[in-house]
Amino acid sequence: MTEPVLSTHGLHKAFGALAATQDVSIDLRPGEIHAVIGPNGAGKTTLIAQICGTLAPDRGEVRLLGRDVTRLPPAARARMGLARTFQISALAMEDTVLQNALLGALGKAGRPWQFFGAALGRADLRGRAEAALDRVGLWDVAAVRAAELSHGQRRQLEVAVALTLGPRAFVMDEPMAGLGAEGSHRLTALLDGLRAEAPILLVEHDMDAVFALADRISVLDGGRLIATGSVAEIRADKAVRAAYLGDAA
Amino acid sequence: MSRETLFNAAILALLVAVPGWALAAGEPFTITLATRAVIFALAAVGLNIALGLGGLVSLGHAVYFGIGGYAMGILAWHAQSHTPLIDGWLTLPGTKSMPVIWLVAIAASALAALLIGLLSLRTSGVYFIMITLAFGQMVYFFAISWPAYGGEDGLPIYVRNGFPGLNTLVPIQFYGICLALLCAVLALNAALARSPFGLALNAARQSPQRVECVGLDPVRLKLVALVISGAITGLAGALFADLNRFVSPVMFSWQMSGEIMVFIIIGGVGRLFGPVAGAGLYVLLEHLLGGVSEYWQIFLGGLLLIVVLFARGGLAGLIAGRRVAHD
Ligand SMILES: Nc1ncnc2c1ncn2[C@@H]1O[C@H](COP(=O)(O)OP(=O)(O)OP(=O)(O)O)[C@@H](O)[C@H]1O
Ligand SMILES: [Mg+2]
Repeated sequence: MTEPVLSTHGLHKAFGALAATQDVSIDLRPGEIHAVIGPNGAGKTTLIAQICGTLAPDRGEVRLLGRDVTRLPPAARARMGLARTFQISALAMEDTVLQNALLGALGKAGRPWQFFGAALGRADLRGRAEAALDRVGLWDVAAVRAAELSHGQRRQLEVAVALTLGPRAFVMDEPMAGLGAEGSHRLTALLDGLRAEAPILLVEHDMDAVFALADRISVLDGGRLIATGSVAEIRADKAVRAAYLGDAA
Repeated sequence: MSRETLFNAAILALLVAVPGWALAAGEPFTITLATRAVIFALAAVGLNIALGLGGLVSLGHAVYFGIGGYAMGILAWHAQSHTPLIDGWLTLPGTKSMPVIWLVAIAASALAALLIGLLSLRTSGVYFIMITLAFGQMVYFFAISWPAYGGEDGLPIYVRNGFPGLNTLVPIQFYGICLALLCAVLALNAALARSPFGLALNAARQSPQRVECVGLDPVRLKLVALVISGAITGLAGALFADLNRFVSPVMFSWQMSGEIMVFIIIGGVGRLFGPVAGAGLYVLLEHLLGGVSEYWQIFLGGLLLIVVLFARGGLAGLIAGRRVAHD
């Protein structure tokens, strides 16, 4: 079996009496889209926060590219090749779409200590940023401020910033939320091709997209992983149907 | 040309025209007032880099202003009293040379900003404000209780320091020096705001999480911004002491920190010429109303209230419209 790109081992996190993550071990293998589904409040975002380093687990381990990164800050994990998109957009709202994408390109270049010369005039950064915007379909709004985008467009911009990083693994928190039918088809097609560049841990409520994309699906409920398997296995799983899928399966 | 460019150009024109008129009309006091405004503007441009770009509400910028002032005071005092500045295995004299004094003021205040930043940037929000204020108070009381350089009474410097090729005792010449420095720092500020560093710093103000997730360290970005900011305000402090030929612990006081921030709020936070407009208006009001009443700051308070309630963007926002993204 190939070594996973990203994995957690026995992760625990409690907020007071609420156990938001309980003994979660999950992995992401090269070339796959691994979807994580579960009802609201299941602990999906909390799990992502621990994987990306914005939240420290109480117990357990996070491994990235064969290294224990449990104690590394988010920026260090990002530099190792982990790209995250946020469920609640974390963009520079006063800045334009292009500037947000440029920030990603600047992070990838890893050299922010340049005090002269316009960032927008840097052909290398700009090429990278514009290519990413083009891929998610935000090219025509490049000059618009992030604050003026629709919720769906902000999600797309989140994905574009992740693309500029040219990462080794993507972790996406509900990238389809707020997108119309056309937007989600477009993003589905993009993610489908993207797994060849880097595997994707995909938290998503849009079951059409999940079933179309996922190589494997894991189900979180009440902080616990209750199942992991192929699309067919998960659709057939009684516990999963009871906890989450209901009629969708 | 955008409205903001026009606004900036108009302020620059005033900075040339008013002292020019005063020179022609033989009104040296007006030149001194203009010099005061330009120096305050310089201090506030410094703070605006931390506040406007980095979102750092530092209520302790008087620390850097005062350090710049004392850098001038101490160096010039040793020179005028012919006592060595350092007398150990190495003997260093004082100096009356402005460029040397500026470099020392910039280096010392940058170092102070680095140390204060390392400690205070672990916090944010109201805690950051409180820590910067606390540092300001510590330095203020240290200055009062330190007897070597005049303590509470401060240090008088008898003759203004010199600049190669100029006669700094002539008000318009000293004004020219201050204005040239202000313009240089404004150009630096404009360059910073558009640079890759500025892009990252701007984002760190708006969303630290975003900056982390692209692999950059928002705290380090803000630390560098604070150091640049402190260095500029320190330079202004050296000039202020030279204008008054006097330095005292008042330069370290929290009122001073507050005033520097008021310049920015009146003029427009994060706007290139906001601090210049604010400092200019402040000095004008101080001059006009200060003659009417000792308590003229009541009017200033009223003005501040109006700005905060009705014109968040300050003068720049009012006249030049809302901030547009850098192109
Ligand atoms: N910082 C926090 N402090 C206290 N409780 C929290 C915190 N963050 C999350 N929780 C709680 O932990 C549980 C898991 O939240 P989480 O956001 O991870 O759920 P989720 O699966 O992402 O839900 P959704 O589908 O709505 O995004 C919820 O009950 C939530 O209220
Ligand atoms: Mg969530």
